[in-house]
Amino acid sequence: MSDGTATAPSATTAEDATTRTRPRFDQDWVRRNGVFVALGLLLLANVLLTDNFVSTGTLRLQLVQVAPVVIVALGMALVIGTEGIDLSVGAVMALAAALIPLYVGYGSVGAIVIGLVAGVVVGLIAGVLVAVVGVQPIVATLGLMVVGRGVANLFGGEIKSIREPGIVELGTGSVLGIPYVVLIAAAASIVVWLLVRRSTYGRQLVAIGGNKLAAQLAGLPVRRVLVTTYVVSGLLAAMAGILLAARSQASDPTKLGQLMELSAITAVVIGGTPLSGGQVRILGTIAGALLMQLITATLIFHNIPDSTAQIVQAVIVIAAVYVQLGRGKARRT
Amino acid sequence: MSTSTVVDPATSNAPEAAAASRARFASLVQRQGALAIFVVVVAVASVSFDTFASRGNLTGIAVQASFLAMLALGMTFVIMTGGIDLSVGSVFALGGVLAAWGSQHGTLVAFVLPLAVCGAIGLTQGLIIARGGLPPFIVTLAGLLFARGLLLLLSDEGATTYKVPRGSAFRKLAQGELFGIPYPVLLVVLFFAIGALVLHRTSYGASVLAIGGQEDAADLMGLPVQRTKVLTYVASSLLAGFGGIMIASYTSSGVTILGVGTELEAIAAVVLGGTLLTGGAGTVLGTLIGVLLLQVIKNVINQIGSLDSDWQSVVSGTILLLVVTLQRWLTRVDRT
Repeated sequence: MSDGTATAPSATTAEDATTRTRPRFDQDWVRRNGVFVALGLLLLANVLLTDNFVSTGTLRLQLVQVAPVVIVALGMALVIGTEGIDLSVGAVMALAAALIPLYVGYGSVGAIVIGLVAGVVVGLIAGVLVAVVGVQPIVATLGLMVVGRGVANLFGGEIKSIREPGIVELGTGSVLGIPYVVLIAAAASIVVWLLVRRSTYGRQLVAIGGNKLAAQLAGLPVRRVLVTTYVVSGLLAAMAGILLAARSQASDPTKLGQLMELSAITAVVIGGTPLSGGQVRILGTIAGALLMQLITATLIFHNIPDSTAQIVQAVIVIAAVYVQLGRGKARRT
Repeated sequence: MSTSTVVDPATSNAPEAAAASRARFASLVQRQGALAIFVVVVAVASVSFDTFASRGNLTGIAVQASFLAMLALGMTFVIMTGGIDLSVGSVFALGGVLAAWGSQHGTLVAFVLPLAVCGAIGLTQGLIIARGGLPPFIVTLAGLLFARGLLLLLSDEGATTYKVPRGSAFRKLAQGELFGIPYPVLLVVLFFAIGALVLHRTSYGASVLAIGGQEDAADLMGLPVQRTKVLTYVASSLLAGFGGIMIASYTSSGVTILGVGTELEAIAAVVLGGTLLTGGAGTVLGTLIGVLLLQVIKNVINQIGSLDSDWQSVVSGTILLLVVTLQRWLTRVDRT
């Protein structure tokens, strides 16, 4: 589709073009949009087979549950677009949430701002380690994950309840029947989508992920873009952590955000963003998060235990990446 | 500097020699950075706490470290091929539960069953990675979910803990000792010695390093790239499973909550030990020191009674970041 060979030799016969490119184009379409197809099919299956699936209550609950994953996955998609990875997001969520009960004295807004600042600080450290020092993203964010979780535990101690009305309202309230949590996830999605598609930053990010050396030689501000990306990821993770704590009206530094880095990476990869960087697919990422959420929910609806759900998820992850791989291989050769 | 009138060929090599010595220093830090920190931490701890250098405490550290060491040994080989194995924590826990369950049917079952299941998981992962060409990160992430799912299935969603029967010979594996040295420690020494021999003295070891250095080149040289990779993932899962067998014997039960985040501890130990995450270089001994360093830090923080155990992760994470920063900084100086 996007490779020059299909469009450039327009002089070749039309029949050649139709016989060769038509089937490959269709396969390519399925590969690129497999996550949407799978999501559609699973929705349809649930509408037909699951009792009480089509109700505002069920729908709202699913969206509320998936919202934090979407928010974290947006940041992860940007980081993966730069050929990086951010393992610290779960710890950042716990850290931001742990700070809320400590700083409610400054009011709801004050406490939230402090939580978000913590996310920015961790993102900044990750960005500097990766972009300036040159540490591999997986090692830098692994270190921050370990440190961040420890610091969250030191600050937060055991589970603390959150009673500040403003924060409780943020987690549980809604406007026109749509929970704030869902609205925030939607707003974050639109902002990040615009960032990727419409801003200079987004174009630079994709270029850097595609070929860092070439981007550097072309004079792009590689370090600044990389640091910004990790800061955005940290900020979004902090936001998700605060929302989760607000919803459950408690912060649990040990458990909150555990394995979130894996959920977010899975959503991004299933959504069609390659781990090798150079591409960011925001809509795919959101669909990926929705798909994983719906798979878990479907299995729960039909009383299939958690253990089987995990095995099913594992198989789906492999299958999804395998289907997408065909595209990468075709492009390389 | 070359004031002498004699044209000495050595002087023209001076900048190169300086660069070479700097490179040697960089590689020394890379290889022995963890060892230096380890020695300092042990020395300070021995002076500060009477209880640290006691025989009982040191033995305790060694035994505790032995379980992680098994996982980290397999991880070292995987990382040297340029891959990563996120599944080892789950496979470790699964191996433990299978061993505890199997021990009710005899000691042989307690060994064979976990190794068979864990080996099969490693084989599947290796085949998908080597033949399917999927990224190791994703495949072993799925392996993590899969093994944990299997573990939950076996233990009724974690509600059942299998116990090793009281008279079982299986308990001897981790609870026995020879000349005062517990079996797990002896096993780790043996496994690491074999690991070092395999890496440096076999064609398989050479292939591992070549693949990690540059896979395409290794392929063109006619090295068995796919077979080497498959073998490496099988070995990693088998070692993780064996670690599980050891801990099942040590605790006399299959502990279902074990192994969460252990894969990251193993990666940290490997990186601390000087193995490059990009693959192609590293030592088995370095990994052992990385494991010991992490364990000593845990122990020291436990000794400081007033410090919360949460400091463990803060300190070991910070040391990890410091070591890699130093490594990067020195290798960069070396390159320019």
